[in-house]
Amino acid sequence: MPKIKQPVRTPHIDMTPMVDLFSVLLIFLLLTTSFRPAEVAPIETPNSVSEKQAPDNDIMTILITKDSLVFFNIDNGKDTTTHFRSELLKKMAEQYKITFTPQEINKFGSFSAFGLPMKNIKAWLNAKDSKERDKLQTGIPSDSLDNQLAWWIRMARLTNPGAEVALKGDAETPYVVVKKVMDLLQENKVNKFNLVTNLTKEEVLMKDLPPK
Amino acid sequence: MAELIVEEKGKKGGKRRAKKQSTRIDMTPMVDLMCLLITFFMLTTAFSKPKVMVITMPEKDKSEDPKNAPKISAERTLNILLTEKNEVFYYQGMADAKKLPLPQLIKTNFSKDGIRKVLLIRNRDLFTKIAEYREKRLKGLIVVADTTADNEIKKMKKEDKHGPIVLIKADNKAKYKDIVNIIDEMAICNVASYAIVDMSPVELDMLKTAPK
Repeated sequence: MPKIKQPVRTPHIDMTPMVDLFSVLLIFLLLTTSFRPAEVAPIETPNSVSEKQAPDNDIMTILITKDSLVFFNIDNGKDTTTHFRSELLKKMAEQYKITFTPQEINKFGSFSAFGLPMKNIKAWLNAKDSKERDKLQTGIPSDSLDNQLAWWIRMARLTNPGAEVALKGDAETPYVVVKKVMDLLQENKVNKFNLVTNLTKEEVLMKDLPPK
Repeated sequence: MAELIVEEKGKKGGKRRAKKQSTRIDMTPMVDLMCLLITFFMLTTAFSKPKVMVITMPEKDKSEDPKNAPKISAERTLNILLTEKNEVFYYQGMADAKKLPLPQLIKTNFSKDGIRKVLLIRNRDLFTKIAEYREKRLKGLIVVADTTADNEIKKMKKEDKHGPIVLIKADNKAKYKDIVNIIDEMAICNVASYAIVDMSPVELDMLKTAPK
């Protein structure tokens, strides 16, 4: 009797559950990632060994570029009930006697970092595209004649007193400029700074200790 | 396509059988792609969060009385002067214009054998203590949570009575990077007490005549 030949079957794995799982994961990751908003200016932060992460919300960031231009950013708070940015602009408008329409105030709430004198804010909010907007970003004036940065900081402190302060300076920024900003912050009772840095691993072990 | 059919016809000689077509789709490429995407998102989410280094500055008191300034022993004081071109100068004790001779500035740099060596030698006791504690934790001899370990290290730093008190001073030519580097160095060497202070006129003069 001839043997019945068993057909050689290639093992076929059903990948459907795997695909299901991957889809779920992918969608989850896609939704949870908050992409970094476009940088207003290229800033290369210095390196440090610190592994502490910056808080996600309730953070006021002051960016300082290589050319000593100062930019300012504050978030809206951790949920949708707070509108710190809009409130901040309202306060600043009062200070500088500029009136903004509700649309403009709402628009300001959805933008991120900015750096321009108060008188240009209106033009910036009504700019057609990002190119035009970028052209207006010339840094916040912070000299003693017209210290708008001081007002931004003060009003931001009043709007969201719980906000932490992060300083994001370029490695090549002169320290004097950073110090000036720090002094301004200290005048507004901010004594704790989060310096944004790049993580680099560096460790000194017992054996690296120089002999006595 | 047409060619292919003709070819098949010739082979089978007119006998036509409806081919059983499997509805199974090969999902391997899809899975590959998803794996790739998931890896990408996972990596970007983990790394896009900026790291921060926290520094706390002493509160600025307008009514500061020089008599009330904290007394620190000259023996423990290590002054680090930062200036241009990544150069680091240090001296021990106090520089007082009334008390001559002035301490000698020693030039060094940010390398492994530069300022780090100086700090490690001075901070040997505390550094050994903390490094041993960390090593024990790594080997599993002490099992505690991260926060407990951090508190323990903090306590060690607080109790330290021999380590250097580092005063960091930067002049107008210093870069922001230098300040971050030196604070980082403090973290690496486990220096318990350090402060960023303004440079005095005496020290500025000392820098001018410092060895090049």
